Amino acid sequence: MSRLRVAAARERRPLAERVAAACLAASMVGTVGLGATYWLGGQPQLEGGFLFLALAGIGVGIVTWGKYLVPQGPYVQDRPPMASPDPEVEAMNDSLGRGLGQMTRRRFLLRLLGGSVGVFAVVNLFPFLRSLGPLPGKSLFVTNWKKGSRLVTASGRVVTASDLEVGGILTVFPEGFEGAPTNAIDQVVLVRAASYDLVTKPGRETWGPQGYLAFSKVCTHAGCPVGLYQELTQQLLCPCHQSLFDVLTGATPVFGPAPRPLPQLPLYVDPQGGLRSQSGFDEPIGPGFWERGA
Amino acid sequence: MSTLEERAAQAAGFADERLGVARFTRKSLNKIFPDHWSFMLGEIALYSFVVLIFTGVFLTLFFVPSSQQVIYHGSYAPLRGQRMSEAYASTLNISFNVRAGLVMRQIHHWAADVFIAAIVVHLLRIFFTGAFRKPRELNWVIGTTLLILAIVNGFIGYSLPDDLISGTGIRIAFSILLSIPVIGSYLAFFIFGSNFPGTSIIPRFYILHVLILPALIAALIGAHLAIMWHQKHTQYPGPGRTERNVVGIAFWPAYALQAGGFFFITAAVLAALGGLVQINPIWLYGPYVPYKVSYAVQPDWYMGWLDGALRLMPSWEAVFGPTIGGHMIPNVFFPAVLLPGVTFGLLFAWPWIESAVTRDRSEHNLCDRPRERPIRTSVGVGVLMFYIVLFLASATDVLANTFETSLNLVLWTLRVLLFVLPVLSGFVTYLLVREIEHLPAVGVPKTAVEIRRTVDGKFELAGLAPGGAAEEEITELPEEAARAKSGLGLPTEAEGGAVQLRQEGGLL
Repeated sequence: MSRLRVAAARERRPLAERVAAACLAASMVGTVGLGATYWLGGQPQLEGGFLFLALAGIGVGIVTWGKYLVPQGPYVQDRPPMASPDPEVEAMNDSLGRGLGQMTRRRFLLRLLGGSVGVFAVVNLFPFLRSLGPLPGKSLFVTNWKKGSRLVTASGRVVTASDLEVGGILTVFPEGFEGAPTNAIDQVVLVRAASYDLVTKPGRETWGPQGYLAFSKVCTHAGCPVGLYQELTQQLLCPCHQSLFDVLTGATPVFGPAPRPLPQLPLYVDPQGGLRSQSGFDEPIGPGFWERGA
Repeated sequence: MSTLEERAAQAAGFADERLGVARFTRKSLNKIFPDHWSFMLGEIALYSFVVLIFTGVFLTLFFVPSSQQVIYHGSYAPLRGQRMSEAYASTLNISFNVRAGLVMRQIHHWAADVFIAAIVVHLLRIFFTGAFRKPRELNWVIGTTLLILAIVNGFIGYSLPDDLISGTGIRIAFSILLSIPVIGSYLAFFIFGSNFPGTSIIPRFYILHVLILPALIAALIGAHLAIMWHQKHTQYPGPGRTERNVVGIAFWPAYALQAGGFFFITAAVLAALGGLVQINPIWLYGPYVPYKVSYAVQPDWYMGWLDGALRLMPSWEAVFGPTIGGHMIPNVFFPAVLLPGVTFGLLFAWPWIESAVTRDRSEHNLCDRPRERPIRTSVGVGVLMFYIVLFLASATDVLANTFETSLNLVLWTLRVLLFVLPVLSGFVTYLLVREIEHLPAVGVPKTAVEIRRTVDGKFELAGLAPGGAAEEEITELPEEAARAKSGLGLPTEAEGGAVQLRQEGGLL
């Protein structure tokens, strides 16, 4: 070690001791501040600030101690290879094989042991999983929309043909199912397009009376509510992954990852002027799953 | 009045008489730890986890994991009278009524984000320096598992408040489960206890979040550290450093004090973030209502690459047969199940992939410098770039708004960049690394010299200035060296075990 370095280390030592002491004292100030803030009712910014001071004081104090007031080496230590010497490995293998030589049908017994534990695991896994929830059955194929279901708002108010101006949008549910949890699946977005008795696709001549078009609000991509309507372009946007659906052509996806159109709900206007569904959806709503095809 | 040393010896003696730990304690205290700033990255992750446990325990005392709908009558006026789940109402209560509740909640959230960030940067350090090579493959696998568990528990954690944004995230998670071929719908129904949304997911997420996953993470961290301790830390090449030694500071007291202090510093930074920088203000988002959604919402940063992949994926899906009776592999399966499956599969397998390519089966305890491994380094940079583009893609809407351009342009730009940038950045990295190879003295630390002017105006070299690297002398720990010299016969950690074993082996 050079003369200079020794001198520098000698000078640094009292300074480091002073710094460590100051930090530890500052920490105590922080802790007292934190306690006072808490006692007086709490305040998030002050709590965070004082907690910072309390912890940082201890931290910097200890690190100063550990870096300038104790020997730093560098020290060296040998590092033997991880693998043990051969005799030790052989001894281990001898112990591992203990007793195996005594059995005549050990392979058969081992297989039987594996089989019994395996069967136990598999058979018991099924009831465990099954207890967690019901089988999906047909529930992904159906909603609560039936023939003649009245369209109602989230608060249960019946929707009539005079409710929406052209360009308006409303989220509706089948009457009786407007609450949680079924509203997650049954939610439908109702828009009123400019044209009268709009045909979105061949075969849907009667589905959009007085320009009212109803689509499942559950995105066919990942299931988010398709909540934004751009009146000018008559497009529905899903804000989760930016899929865009063209309302006038039957909510076909025109941009983004959504692979299928939003299923359309056929509507009619009853004699009292209320909007109702002609039937349920003609395909499963929402994101894809294994048990359905195109 | 006894001295400090005497009192310490007294306490240690008490322990040794009952547990016989003198040898083990001495070996542990004398353990040498290589010192480098990049070895602190894993420590940040560890200390963030400790902070997560402390703040998390506090939050469990007030959080109510229930989807039961209640009408809010609490102190936050804008939401009074609204229907919401008890989970959301209790999170509002923690934020506004529990003393120090908000600061604890925010420290917890920040600590989770820093925890995963530190794991990722730690992983990159391990990757680029080759510290995953034999004998450390097992710790690489444990570390990768920890990353997955941390991401899953982070997602589950921010889903618990049941606000509008996280509720939408749970909806997407249901759709992703649903997309798994053959078992998807069963898996989704079993995990959620019914079709979406049901009432089971919040309590089930809660027990996963506060017990099952933290217990797994804690156990794996324990194994990770125990293996690191047993194998001894890697070190960077340098004067006196070889494959067969460890050069650094002693565990006691230098390393213990520095690491212990660093815990407090990490916790202090998290406390400052939690107190001063707002995160996840759920009262602004409102309670989760399945038919409502807000605009320009991004998940926490570590879910960004998956969200981005969902956005960049073209609108394809694999369809077999008609609606009824046919089958489908849905769109989200590819970016949200297949991509993470391949990502983590390759990550797990990397040590074996590399050793199969290099045919290198030997033990490595010296870290590589990234420039010494042009192929690994450029592959790493390219792959990293792929995930950076995916991460940016989770903000397509924000980018389009910020740059006042169309979503279409942003989407297609990122789709192209996703494949061009990794190749380009990997290639440029390769060229740069090869370039450095031919430059002499790259990476050799320059030693400072001191030049003095004498009274008669001449210049002379006064020797090395303080801190010059060439000055460093590496010695054995003085205590161990003295013991060896006095012939007390206490084996040092390195040689002792092996020597004894060889003798026993001879008897066998």
